[in-house]
Amino acid sequence: MSNSAAQLAYLAPELVVAVGAVAVLALDILLPERSRRLLARATAAALLASLAAVWWLYAGEVAGRPERLFTGTLVRDGYSLFLDAVFLLAGILGALVSARYVDREGLQSGEYYALMLFAVLGMMLMAVSAELVTLFISYEILSLSVYVLSGIARGRAESAEAAMKYFLLGAFSSGFLIYGIALIYGATGTTALEAIGAAVMSRGLFGNSLLLIGMALVTVGFAFKVAAVPFHGWVPDVYQGAPLPVTAFMSAGVKAAAFGALARVLFTAFGSLSAVWQPALWLLALLTMVLGNTAAIAQTNIKRMLAYSSIAHAGYMLAGVAAYTAGDVALGSVLYYALVYTAMNIGAFAVVLVVGREGEGNQELSDYRGLAVRHPWVAAGMALFMVSLSGLPPTAGFLGKFYILNAALRANLIGLAVALVLASLISWYYYLRVVWLMYFIKPGEAPPTLSGAPSLRLAVGMAAVLVLILGLWPSAALNLAQVAALTVTAGGLPVIGRP
Amino acid sequence: MVPTIAYVIVSAVLFTIGVAGVLLRRNALIVFMSIELMLNAVNLSLAGFARQFGSATGQVFILFVLAVAAAEVAVGLAIILAVFRHRDTVDVDNMNLMKW
Amino acid sequence: MTEWILFIVLTAVAVGSALMMVLNRNPVHAALWLVLTFLAVAVFFLVLGAQFLFAAQIIIYTGAIMVLFLFVVMLLNLEREREPIVTGGQRAAAVALAFALLAVLVIAIAARTSFPTMAMVPGGITLTDLGVALFDEWLLPFELASILLLVAMIGAIALARRRT
Repeated sequence: MSNSAAQLAYLAPELVVAVGAVAVLALDILLPERSRRLLARATAAALLASLAAVWWLYAGEVAGRPERLFTGTLVRDGYSLFLDAVFLLAGILGALVSARYVDREGLQSGEYYALMLFAVLGMMLMAVSAELVTLFISYEILSLSVYVLSGIARGRAESAEAAMKYFLLGAFSSGFLIYGIALIYGATGTTALEAIGAAVMSRGLFGNSLLLIGMALVTVGFAFKVAAVPFHGWVPDVYQGAPLPVTAFMSAGVKAAAFGALARVLFTAFGSLSAVWQPALWLLALLTMVLGNTAAIAQTNIKRMLAYSSIAHAGYMLAGVAAYTAGDVALGSVLYYALVYTAMNIGAFAVVLVVGREGEGNQELSDYRGLAVRHPWVAAGMALFMVSLSGLPPTAGFLGKFYILNAALRANLIGLAVALVLASLISWYYYLRVVWLMYFIKPGEAPPTLSGAPSLRLAVGMAAVLVLILGLWPSAALNLAQVAALTVTAGGLPVIGRP
Repeated sequence: MVPTIAYVIVSAVLFTIGVAGVLLRRNALIVFMSIELMLNAVNLSLAGFARQFGSATGQVFILFVLAVAAAEVAVGLAIILAVFRHRDTVDVDNMNLMKW
Repeated sequence: MTEWILFIVLTAVAVGSALMMVLNRNPVHAALWLVLTFLAVAVFFLVLGAQFLFAAQIIIYTGAIMVLFLFVVMLLNLEREREPIVTGGQRAAAVALAFALLAVLVIAIAARTSFPTMAMVPGGITLTDLGVALFDEWLLPFELASILLLVAMIGAIALARRRT
């Protein structure tokens, strides 16, 4: 594959998003003040166009045949296409839930939507990276975009502080990540994932301490991004301080991107060292599930509760990665969970936005008392998302957890599987408490007035439909996830792509 | 000739001093400077590996790390400035950076 | 022999000034100590045969990044901190963590079995080699770096410009 134009065709989804981001910036200058709200539509349109490009590549059967691009720095395969679809879903729902909020809070809409598109671009580039330095630069594109988005509500001190906390800990963790990459380069002489895997085998680097410490540092860097315990300290404050639609978008998107990249690195480059990293991930998963769920119980602010809940869900996905020995079943379950989590979590945040007021008001759990009496549809949506997050049938959350459990059992991680079930039982308490408040408690003196923005309702509806479809008819999506996982775990595919 | 490993060990020492700075200091600006020091330590080990392997790749990586550091500085200082406008301080103590 | 002398002097300067940066109360002084560390690393690059990076390090780090830092320090007009370093158990934990990390890193580096051996290029890596590598093998990451800088530019402007 030496022809640049032909290689670029494989990157059509990424290119569409990049062009969309620049177009949004240009529109921001060209459009008159009163029609700025069109920017949200332009953003959603760019993301939909990118989704169409993903579908076009799927239809061209690119998914089953990994294609190395640009001297092997990128690889276009089913894995990256599936993850792209997840990121684009997070972006589309994110743009929908932002539209009203950005107007109401007077945020700088051009920069806001452009950065959101750049964040999606960074996620997509992370998913196609087949080489550590390219991965690092993509990770920084994503990170810088979300740091700024967290602090973009310039009128509120909490937003700025959230950005600072996120930035300092994020930059700290990327220091670990790049140092790990440098040491891996020193140990193997390469940063290409497949070449690292090959070097470990051919040169017998199983006990090479430089490689092992490099791998550990890279894992720590990603553990910060996915908010695994004990690297989760930033999550509650950042999720609470950042503008609500940004929290919704990044809680799902950034997590999916970090898991996608971490799993690809561990499976492709360090598969032969799984005896070393599997127990470490096992422990991280256990701590993350237990601490995330127990801390969520004590929260009275719904944003903070969802923050701890997102930590808990990172634990479930870590369990999926730790089940490495189950091969494509493990990876497929993580991919499926990333999709499910994106739909149900952004859906829950969308309801919080519907109930919320200016300046991040109305975000206490007590504000949800009696919601079902006045607003039965909104309450039904929230109930659905809460049931799905707690992992009860017939929702997508149940099946997502079921497949991760299945992978853990296949990998013979009985203890972790038991812990996952017990942690889910704990989580029922705080998720179902919200349902109980909405349906069985009388509303307070000041009943919540809802934001009637159609875009917000569309987002809630879309997420709800997805949660139901993925819960009742999962086979299509699950199949795609399985095929996507196979392109990574099959390995040893011929290297094309070098000009 | 000084062996590559000596340079890598110096880089590990510098990296650790950077980490210690992040954990110890309360001024956000100095925490950020410590992070820059960590990135410089990475560059030193990359330069050592580049000479060891006789390959330009290691030096290309340094250029990328420089670009990332420059981008981080632009955004990071803007964020710190934004916090200062609200709070008149850049002390990270009340921000629980160490709360695990 | 000359390399050993240079190595020892540079290590002393780099490590010493890095420690001064971390332990200094005054942010302006800390920034100046950091400049000295960066200069020492730049000379390290020269010793390691990376002439272009020597120049790039000085121009980008000491010339641009640290000037920006100093500019912000002056802009904020920070007083000397009363308690610059965290206290109590937090300090003990941080120091213990740092020493543990150092021990792990040094042991791991010293115990590595061997570096991959590759053919040394006669005459070292020239600027031409660097340019060819950057624009051939590493073309795509190079383009991504430009997106990264664009994002940083948009982000910095969005956060720092005064409200109109």
